[in-house]
Amino acid sequence: MANAQDAPSGDLPSKILKALSQQEPILSADTFPSYKSTELKGALDRLASRSMVTYETIDREEAVLEAEALEIAANGSHEARVFEALRTAVAGLTVSELEAVVGDKNVVKVGQGKAFKSKWIAKGKEGRLVASTDSIQDTTREQLKIIQETQTHPDPKIIADLKKRKLVKMQKIIHFKIVKGPKFALEITKEETDLTADMLSSGAWKTAAFKPYNFKSLGADQNAGALHPLNKVRHEFRQIFFEMGFEEMPTNRYVETGFWNFDALFVPQQHPARDLQDTFYISDPKTADKPHAESEDDRGDYESYWKNVQEVHQEGKYGSIGYRYPWAEDESLRLVLRTHTTAISTAMLHKLASKKGPDGRPPPARYFSIDRVFRNETVDATHLAEFHQVEGVIADYGLSLGGLMEFMEIFFHKMGIEDLRFKPAYNPYTEPSMEIFSFHKGLDKLVEIGNSGMFRPEMLEAMGLPKDMRVFGWGLSLERPTMIKYKVNNIRELLGHKVDLSFIERNPAVRLEKS
Amino acid sequence: MPTISVDKAELYKALGQEYTTDEFETLCFEFGIELDEDTSNSERPIVNGKQEAPQLKIEIPANRYDMLCFEGIALMLNIFREKTPMPNYRLVTPKSGELEIITVHPDTLKVRPYVSGSILRNVKFTQESYDSFISLQDKLHQNLARNRTLVAIGTHDLDTIKGPFTYEALPPKDIVFTPLNQKKEMNGEEMMAHYENDKHLAKFLHIIRDKPVYPVIYDSQRIVCSMPPIINGDHSKISLNTTNVFIEMTGTDRTKLEIVNNIIVAMFSQYCAEPFTIEPVKIISEHNGETRQTPDISPRVAQAEVDYVNNCCGLSETPERICELLKKMCLTATPSSSSKNILDVSIPPSRADVLHQCDIMEDVAIAYGFNNLPRTSPNKSSTIAQPLMVNKLGDIVRMEAAMAGWSEVMPLILCSHDENFAWLNRKDDGSTAVRLANPKTAEYQIVRTSLLPGLLKTIRENKKHSVPIKVFEVSDVAFKDVSLERKSRNERHFAAAWYGKTSGFEVVHGLLDRVLLMLKTAFLTHEEGLEDKKGLDYEVRQDHQKVDGYWIEEIDEETFFQGHAAAIYLRVGGKQVRIGEFGILHPTVLEKFELRYPVSTLEINLEVFL
Repeated sequence: MANAQDAPSGDLPSKILKALSQQEPILSADTFPSYKSTELKGALDRLASRSMVTYETIDREEAVLEAEALEIAANGSHEARVFEALRTAVAGLTVSELEAVVGDKNVVKVGQGKAFKSKWIAKGKEGRLVASTDSIQDTTREQLKIIQETQTHPDPKIIADLKKRKLVKMQKIIHFKIVKGPKFALEITKEETDLTADMLSSGAWKTAAFKPYNFKSLGADQNAGALHPLNKVRHEFRQIFFEMGFEEMPTNRYVETGFWNFDALFVPQQHPARDLQDTFYISDPKTADKPHAESEDDRGDYESYWKNVQEVHQEGKYGSIGYRYPWAEDESLRLVLRTHTTAISTAMLHKLASKKGPDGRPPPARYFSIDRVFRNETVDATHLAEFHQVEGVIADYGLSLGGLMEFMEIFFHKMGIEDLRFKPAYNPYTEPSMEIFSFHKGLDKLVEIGNSGMFRPEMLEAMGLPKDMRVFGWGLSLERPTMIKYKVNNIRELLGHKVDLSFIERNPAVRLEKS
Repeated sequence: MPTISVDKAELYKALGQEYTTDEFETLCFEFGIELDEDTSNSERPIVNGKQEAPQLKIEIPANRYDMLCFEGIALMLNIFREKTPMPNYRLVTPKSGELEIITVHPDTLKVRPYVSGSILRNVKFTQESYDSFISLQDKLHQNLARNRTLVAIGTHDLDTIKGPFTYEALPPKDIVFTPLNQKKEMNGEEMMAHYENDKHLAKFLHIIRDKPVYPVIYDSQRIVCSMPPIINGDHSKISLNTTNVFIEMTGTDRTKLEIVNNIIVAMFSQYCAEPFTIEPVKIISEHNGETRQTPDISPRVAQAEVDYVNNCCGLSETPERICELLKKMCLTATPSSSSKNILDVSIPPSRADVLHQCDIMEDVAIAYGFNNLPRTSPNKSSTIAQPLMVNKLGDIVRMEAAMAGWSEVMPLILCSHDENFAWLNRKDDGSTAVRLANPKTAEYQIVRTSLLPGLLKTIRENKKHSVPIKVFEVSDVAFKDVSLERKSRNERHFAAAWYGKTSGFEVVHGLLDRVLLMLKTAFLTHEEGLEDKKGLDYEVRQDHQKVDGYWIEEIDEETFFQGHAAAIYLRVGGKQVRIGEFGILHPTVLEKFELRYPVSTLEINLEVFL
């Protein structure tokens, strides 16, 4: 049944106001002992937001009796109850008689031992127990009674001891000391939270009281959509390529052949990159066709290309001694998941070879792509079986290494990276090959930011490109700069299903030039 | 890239100069190797009660087999720093005038057809050079020799065996000897069993295990030198005190076989009493025309065009100056007598990486210093920028979906077969998905044919996120297509998924309408479009003309909750095609993806809008 104290907290604010009008300050523990502190706080906050009251919170620890202690406080300790039963029985009691008198086997068992220890009882005749003193002092009960009344005990050692005996536990109690606020009144006036169309049409806005806006909190959630951070960085890269006159390559083709992914790039058939450990091979479908034109506007000479590639590997051609090993067609026709988008660049350059510019030669071209590639890697914090490769290709006549380096300076400058250093490196399809480094202030060292080079003549001339057309190629991963930029340590938290959606939703716009 | 550990103090002694770590790093950077680690200040292992001396761990480019040991690194850096000239390697016939001989039996064709050999006389090893000799063989086995498949090396104390030698191939049972560091004799079959779980050798057994005959090299007394590519005999093993070293190599790749021979003798002939001398071995192999003397250490002479080199590097150096630069890269070049524009370049046997004049050109650039090369404008010609149309289309849809309040996700393209089929209550007809042959985990079995598994997995990993979750992806799936050269094609899809306490079916439907509206595709209502006919032959009547647009039709497919799924049809230019479907996922699908709340999905093919 509900009594007055269990009244819904809805009128608690009014009660508080009423209590304050009679007495100030008030302590919640005294005036509203049975309300939960959360209820009180809710009501007080409501009043405080209208400046009708102010309050302070008082945290206190109180000692509370456990169930066993409540019983002791009411009936005495186990040993005292044993003593009392024996004292009233003149001839003493047997253990079973004692149990019957006390009415609780457990109390007798524990109390008997303690009473013996305190020499309150002794063994009498015929196995009976007798009281050995006239009166005792039941200290435990007295201590518990003090705590029951005052919620504490003057001697902290006693509380500690009782806590250890699991008779008492400490409880955090929150009280409020409440005083009148500047706008104290007995009635809560209705405050408007917002200006509405109704108020405008009725004119109520002129008289209404408005609740102050909380300028300390965030505004309302927008339930906004969001683009993925990697795609935002991809967009920036793409813009940079467009600014510099690049055509996007058709990289929407994951399955490649050994020919396009490796052989055409002058990667020998025994190269470690072609190991099962590194490359995903396809079991179904089984094998590819030999390269051939797949659209009417493709005028490429695929037959000679195939033969040229075989010869340049096997016997050498175009001034190269080749790798001198028996080149296997079967290996070339194996299907793979592309390990780099350079497989597509290769197809593009081969198509370029059959194009004729105004001077009858293949015209200069600039290609780029940003797309997924696949490696049969063991997955860890920095490696996934999939990642995005950013790749650029420039084909032109009379290109020199100085031009490649200058281009890289401009390209990386657009994303706020300056002062590049170039290190000689090895790559089977570029010669010279240059690793691109830049000094990273945060890491205080040179950091590799990409790879570049001039494609080998063995690769280009086999396509039918003229000897004096040189081709720059460079590449970097999309994930690495993104991880550095957003301080993501685990690639799986960026690409793949283990991403945190909140990260996507809260990730700021990408402005690469602002580092 | 292989990483070689060298003793720091020893290397600096060999270089005749102390370096700070930074200085040495810079030297490596210019030359094109990479200092991975200087262990001076790190905890080093204690071997035989002695702490290891500080090491430099140096990464070597994968084609510089001549730098896979201390000797090679020291030599190449000294030549680069112009401290030492390129050594002059010489073949020396023994005083007797008789070369050691290895006679090859035709049966070796069945298993490992090629053999090569060489002899180093009066070698004096130290513990360091001996260790380096062993280590170089390991590195060559790992790298160039592709884990002994292409080439395997055996080294022997020549004083314990006596030529002429024979290279044969015999049934495994007939090959009996005590393998290196073993106590008892075994035959070939027993050895296969013995080494099955060996930490070092087990990985090589497959190379010959199932062959009818195993390769074996005998001396004139039928002492087994080695059973390549598995193990040498214990009898002829080399030690620190060995002075005459017999090196034999067998393999399946003739070119790499000779490269390995050249590298080993080029690196270790310096320890011969007469440095850089090598005693050749005669190979008699009539059946395949491979009779010859090995190693052939004569330099290969190639030609390089001066204007090609200058042009590529952006330089205008004289032929003489280019020759000077090449010297630093151990290439000996002289201006040709035939043409002013030609250099005759003599390439030492250890530089197997030089294949074309572009390799010579690169060496000029490295010797000059990449970072010193003059910069030129990269803009030779103007070109026109152009986006790929399918990407442009995809970006439009991505923007519209995000503006409609959906979040973009990027799941993986590879997935398990079950995720793509069984978990979605879809059947694999065997002609749809591209299957991987060699994935390392079951997570990557096929290339996805639908974007749904990725979306659902992303939701599964984000169950802590407040609901509703609204995610989308625009990306490619791949299908088998036997009509194409690569037997497969990609298709650009758009997919979205809603996850919340209610199904979100109408929201997903609305997203479809919104995206198609933005793609200027009209909705054809039931009345306009469907009439009474079923199937694909819809008569959309508007002035008795078929109009373009899309319509939806209820479907009963196991992926979806019955009565809450529809196929989306599109008519463009009078041609109609089903472009996808949307619906509430079937509760059994949710269970498979461990999702507690209802999910509605939408997936369409975007390429029809191109």
